[in-house]
Amino acid sequence: MSIELRNVSKRFGDVVAVDDVSFSVGDGELVALLGPSGGGKTTVLRMIAGLEMPSGGDLLIRGQRVNDVAVQQRNIGFVFQGYALFRTMSVFDNIAFGLSIRRWSRSDIQSRVEELVGIFGLGGLERRLPHQLSGGQRQRVAIARALASKPGVLLLDEPFAAVDAKIRQELREWLVRLHDQLDVTTVFVTHDQEEAMEVASRIVIFSRGKLEQIGSPRDVYEQPVNEFVARFIGVMNVLELTVKGGVAQFGQLSFPSHGKADGQTLRIGFRPYAIKVSRNPAEYPFRAVLKHVFFLGVMLRIELVTPEGSSLRVRISKEEFSRLGLVEDEPVSFFIREYRVLGGDGEFEAHANSVLPEGFGEGI
Amino acid sequence: MAGIVTRVRPRTDARSQRGSEEPAWVRGSLIAAGGLFAAVFLVLPLANVFWQAFSKGWFVYIQAIRHPDSWAAIRLTLVVAAITVPFNTVFGISAAWCIAKFEFRGKALLTTLIDLPFSVSPVVAGLMFAVLFGLQGYWGDWFQARDIKVIFATPGIVLATIFVTFPFVARELIPVMKAGGSDQEQAALTLGASGWQTFFRVTLPNIKWGLLYGIILCNARAMGEYGAVSVVSGHIGGRTDTLPLRIDKLYVGYQGAAAFACASLLALLALVTLAIKSYLEWRADAAHAQGQSDVSESDKTPNP
Repeated sequence: MSIELRNVSKRFGDVVAVDDVSFSVGDGELVALLGPSGGGKTTVLRMIAGLEMPSGGDLLIRGQRVNDVAVQQRNIGFVFQGYALFRTMSVFDNIAFGLSIRRWSRSDIQSRVEELVGIFGLGGLERRLPHQLSGGQRQRVAIARALASKPGVLLLDEPFAAVDAKIRQELREWLVRLHDQLDVTTVFVTHDQEEAMEVASRIVIFSRGKLEQIGSPRDVYEQPVNEFVARFIGVMNVLELTVKGGVAQFGQLSFPSHGKADGQTLRIGFRPYAIKVSRNPAEYPFRAVLKHVFFLGVMLRIELVTPEGSSLRVRISKEEFSRLGLVEDEPVSFFIREYRVLGGDGEFEAHANSVLPEGFGEGI
Repeated sequence: MAGIVTRVRPRTDARSQRGSEEPAWVRGSLIAAGGLFAAVFLVLPLANVFWQAFSKGWFVYIQAIRHPDSWAAIRLTLVVAAITVPFNTVFGISAAWCIAKFEFRGKALLTTLIDLPFSVSPVVAGLMFAVLFGLQGYWGDWFQARDIKVIFATPGIVLATIFVTFPFVARELIPVMKAGGSDQEQAALTLGASGWQTFFRVTLPNIKWGLLYGIILCNARAMGEYGAVSVVSGHIGGRTDTLPLRIDKLYVGYQGAAAFACASLLALLALVTLAIKSYLEWRADAAHAQGQSDVSESDKTPNP
């Protein structure tokens, strides 16, 4: 089922938790609501579920306005952050709860629960109570319970927050496969950008109650609309430069001034992979010292410290690192392949994502 | 795959290695002092009640209890408890629900008001009702005009008892409900349950031990209340005497054995209440301990 929010707001007293948010989720999509805590994403999820009433705007499910439809009638499945399993009921009774409320026959309940127990790998645990389950099992019971009556929409609030790191990775892949198999419109809330990138087909990014950007993981990573998104999705190096004589400068580093007048500040941002490093101090225009190397598996993170004292994060592959023959605490030269001009208040300039002309800065 | 749930209790060793432990003689004398105090002030008087009740033999005991006025007192006590306890159970659940799950103006005031009967002397509580409903009271004329007797009759006794036993259920439930949060209730709503279905199928099972505990305490107090009932009852033998009032009357009338016979019934009630209370506490503890012990187990994510 499709979901649409039109100018939805939510106020708690004087606090605006969600401010004029509009977006839509297509039938069968898997969408992440991403943002730092307090960003309003959980409130949006709870409004879709009917657990909170919007203070303004319209909420549509399958094209029907549902603002005044009670939570019981919305035909949604909701998975709570702490799972909220009924602690006095067995796994079977937890999954069967919604079905017995809807007055399914005993045999229908039996076969539906058995089916879900099979899908979710909970065989043999039907008689257990929630406190006798591991974290991952509890989560699967919670999802099975939410899906039991075949809702059109599955909503998950921080589904992976309560399980440990090792299981989390498995669960992410599992959720994607589950979504492919069941083809149910799924919206989940997360504060972990990596999780959102990996699981969702589209990401809705919130900050302080406002929708910042909506797009595919690739879109938001490569075409962030503003500095907040750029810095929230992945790492970004940011430099502040002063424009002098038509060129923005920070010590040895200089960039075209992008139309800024002398004396103004220009902020530029660039991703760690946009830096090229060489052991030969003369190969690239800028100098730095290679300070730290962090091994992260296939990729390495290295830290460069410029003579001006700012440190830059660089990401290169293990192969490239050994090919270049880089050594810690040795001087290197570097060059920024690609950068963006950041506005003063976090907004991007229109001509963002400029490519530094080859050779620019040489001889300075 | 299926792990067996075993709860390991820390064994208390007689010879503890802890450096902070007091020497044996200190522990011994503290335990002895506590035990002696309990024996002299708690066990001995209670045993004495039964001793005195049977001091003139079985026959006098049975006679005392079968006296029409005693029977009437027992019946009245049961009637009062039968009205008071359900009323305060319903009130206690709703008050605890409001306080634990909602934020509203005047919440602190309601919480304080619930405790009021604990801080007001029962005699004062009785007097409050006498002033309101008595013949010279504010509403006395209105009730008399309609020939409804409140003071010196069963309704007055019920009102006074309700007031005194007001807090028991609510006070037991507030912490239980607060600890439970409202996630499970919200989950029930998203699964299609109505408010009542949520209450009976999710909330009530979660609070049942705390609720039972509150109810038996409420019942014990309802049956044993003396001060407030004494003011509004009028002490009409065979009609408005509850069991505690009857005991007092017999004792003051130099019928010691009969007084203790009736008292033994209340003492018995107290013992049964204590036994149930201990059982419930043990159950609640066990449930809590189980909830704490996490079953760690190989956790393989299935292929959907």
